[in-house]
Amino acid sequence: MAMPQYDKLIFEMSSPGRVAFSLPEPDVPVADVRALIPARYLRRKAAELPEVSELDVVRHYTRLSQLNYGVDTHFYPLGSCTMKYNPKLNEDMARLPGFARLHPLLPEKAGQGALGLMHELAAYLAEIAAMDAVTLQPAAGAQGELTGVLMIRAYHLARGERRTKVLVPNSAHGTNPASTAVAGYRVVELKSERTGEVDLLDLERQLDAETAAFMITLPNTLGLFETRIAEIIEMCHAKGVQVYMDGANLNAILGITRPGDLGFDVCHFNLHKTFTTPHGGGGPGAGPVGVKAHLAPFLPTPVVTRTPEGAYTLDWKRPQSIGKLQAFWGNFGMLVRAYTYIRTMGAAGLRSVAENAVLNANYVMRRLEPSYDLGAPGPCMHECVLSARRQKQQAGITATDIAKRLLDLGFYAPSTYFPLIVEEALMIEPTETESKETLDAFCDAMIQIAQEAEKSPELIREAPVTTSVRRLDQALAARQPNLRWRPADEPAPR
Amino acid sequence: MRYIPNTAAQQREMLATIGVDSIEDLLARVPARARLTRPLDLPAASAEPELIRHLRGLAAANADADAYVCFLGAGSYDHAIPSPIGHLISRGEFFTAYTPYQPEASQGTLRSIYEYQTIIAELTGMDVANASIYDGASALAEAVLMAHSVTERDQVVLSAGVNPLYRAVVETYVEGPALRLRTIPLGDGASDLAAARKAVSAKTAALVVQSPNFYGCLEDLAEAAEIAHAAGALLIAVVDPVNLGVLEPPGALGADIAVGEGQGLGVPMSFGGPSLGVFSAKQDLVRRMPGRLVGATVDLEGRRGYVLTLQTREQHIRREKATSNICTNVALCALMATIYTATLGKQGLVRVGELAAAKAHYAAERLTRIPGVRLRFGAPYFKEFALQLPKPPERVVQRLLRDRILAGVPLRQFDRTLKDSLLVAVTEKRTRDEIDAFADALGRAVA
Repeated sequence: MAMPQYDKLIFEMSSPGRVAFSLPEPDVPVADVRALIPARYLRRKAAELPEVSELDVVRHYTRLSQLNYGVDTHFYPLGSCTMKYNPKLNEDMARLPGFARLHPLLPEKAGQGALGLMHELAAYLAEIAAMDAVTLQPAAGAQGELTGVLMIRAYHLARGERRTKVLVPNSAHGTNPASTAVAGYRVVELKSERTGEVDLLDLERQLDAETAAFMITLPNTLGLFETRIAEIIEMCHAKGVQVYMDGANLNAILGITRPGDLGFDVCHFNLHKTFTTPHGGGGPGAGPVGVKAHLAPFLPTPVVTRTPEGAYTLDWKRPQSIGKLQAFWGNFGMLVRAYTYIRTMGAAGLRSVAENAVLNANYVMRRLEPSYDLGAPGPCMHECVLSARRQKQQAGITATDIAKRLLDLGFYAPSTYFPLIVEEALMIEPTETESKETLDAFCDAMIQIAQEAEKSPELIREAPVTTSVRRLDQALAARQPNLRWRPADEPAPR
Repeated sequence: MRYIPNTAAQQREMLATIGVDSIEDLLARVPARARLTRPLDLPAASAEPELIRHLRGLAAANADADAYVCFLGAGSYDHAIPSPIGHLISRGEFFTAYTPYQPEASQGTLRSIYEYQTIIAELTGMDVANASIYDGASALAEAVLMAHSVTERDQVVLSAGVNPLYRAVVETYVEGPALRLRTIPLGDGASDLAAARKAVSAKTAALVVQSPNFYGCLEDLAEAAEIAHAAGALLIAVVDPVNLGVLEPPGALGADIAVGEGQGLGVPMSFGGPSLGVFSAKQDLVRRMPGRLVGATVDLEGRRGYVLTLQTREQHIRREKATSNICTNVALCALMATIYTATLGKQGLVRVGELAAAKAHYAAERLTRIPGVRLRFGAPYFKEFALQLPKPPERVVQRLLRDRILAGVPLRQFDRTLKDSLLVAVTEKRTRDEIDAFADALGRAVA
């Protein structure tokens, strides 16, 4: 039983005069800010922030944490998100004062350990993806996409070509078309075959002198390896079109095949997926981008380089660079974690990651195949897509209903309604860090739900009942947006 | 193998269930000619003790702000981080959760973001704040794109006092929509608003002013707002929220969008990232905002709860028509800022600002007593200021490293006309003794 006084908003726990902070007393002669700064710059009305004790803070946020499911507490089979275990060692390393307490603008010679780590990590990622150069600057996958597309744009412009459109399959993550649009391109959606594979005829039709790039996720968002990928890339290159790999699903192919060897010109990495940096409730992540040599002149500034004398330095003199994406050098804390992970695993370990991710996904797919329709026939790579169309037709049970029922049975939900080309999609990515025992428990729960859909569908429609709240009114939230607390909004206690 | 729990026996059982002989059979769709036929060329796997030794070695090669006295700023600051933050954000339920797409199992994250949005709106004096953008620079870039989309105008006027690293990111982001950027110069440290009045026109989407600006000087945001609004443009204010316990918030001065770097609110410097892009706006702009928003609602039993809302702005719904391409943000850093602000509270945040301002002014007074050292600008400043030195700042900085002092940021790299200047930041953590020692060391270095 939670203590109810901590189970509300921090503002509602406030008592005037209560403090949690500990700050030094002023030790300089003039401490009165009004004597130092003209009054017109100073705040007239105090910010209404909470006034609570340190124990209030600790109990409140501990209580909030208990309202979440995380990988540390639950199986989290969220497709496309690679919710694998986040090693604790990574956290210890990222928190070393020599990394966490480092200012980004210190003299380079005073940051050689950090710059050296970045240089090595970029080299590891280049080897993993068979790319010639890597930027670590993008803060997340979507920013990596923007970086990659802008480099492609700069490449074409440098060759005197003004291409205007980018091709994206209709099975793509929403960030692909969104990032492409930010980069100033017209987005053309390509049809997919039922398996999520590219419709080659449609691709052929759209490839022309106006096409700057083709973006594709590999394995695709149905969890299938695109068997004709080499042919697709050749078709693109024949028209001068650059090929971009969305690296969201890189976990499936580590050490098995490499984007650069397949012919890709650009790919991004999601360190928060493949390389175990935590998702943190939505971020921060890190989205490094690898490119082939012909795109390297366009990398964001600065690039970490090694001088002939062995010193690491930030290279700003790159006249063809697309510029900067973040104020500083990238999400360094995430880079330390990814570096630690790669050094923990080594080459054999990373290959084993991919193999076990594929094994686990196929195991789940085979066990669930009798109970659910498949988005596409197997074998799959690291994730499988099911469809609840049978449950919907027979009992009106949707993918959302199944997701909610899973919460009651002690599992986080798969991704739902993605990819868009599969009706009532349930996208399951078990990852390699889950054991057969966990997968069996999850499959048992999914099979139980399929049976309930036939015999007692109301149990599913009512779900969840074990969480701190039941289904929430999304329409109300959108119709009357309430995006911040105000004292007047305080409801009567229940 | 570490982090991979399936035993060889279990793998065999699973393969039997699947109906194949080997994992290799599952990879049949990967064309043979594309297969990697050698192991990746990476360092051999390290056991934990040796890896810790290796990483400690790398960490020890850096001049961190525990081992050195830090007067560096320019967008990243050594503010104190209360102890509970690290403990609370490390709880796996926060740390290892995904974006709260299943709200019933994510109320902790959602409620903390709602608190964060409230705190940022309160600090900036704006109506609404989003759940975060990557960093201050990308938050500004998003604000510029939003102003372009709201006003349907193609020109943006930026003060020369805007952090040049932020400006560089804006330049990258406006490449796609081909917006034109104009710069207005500084007067004696603060923006030349007479020049702004001339530059802003009916073609201007937004005027961008940072206060305190990159050089530490305070700007007249009220006049900037009046100039922007007279031309039908928006004012984008760039602020550091940790200062807003003491400084007048941009919302009270007429800003339409307020963005900034929230790293000072309890986020480690971490060599520049991850940090915290703060984004807030006036109510009428809410449906044009980038990024996630959390809203309050009720569940089917009438209990209060929180959900991601107004998602039709976002890429996973709107794809190429979204207000931004952002997906992953920096939720955990927003949580750090939320716990920081709750811990400092109404009185503490004021104290942080007052202490930083007092110590900065003491430092400026103490350092300018050194012959040949003077303040570069005359405008009022807050916790950071530019010093003109009689010797090249790069050399002075190297010299002071020997005294274990990180003296400041040489400004030549950002502006050649400031090649004799050093940017010095002073937070509430610096003591009078540290400042005196800095002054003594600087005196020796420029003598």
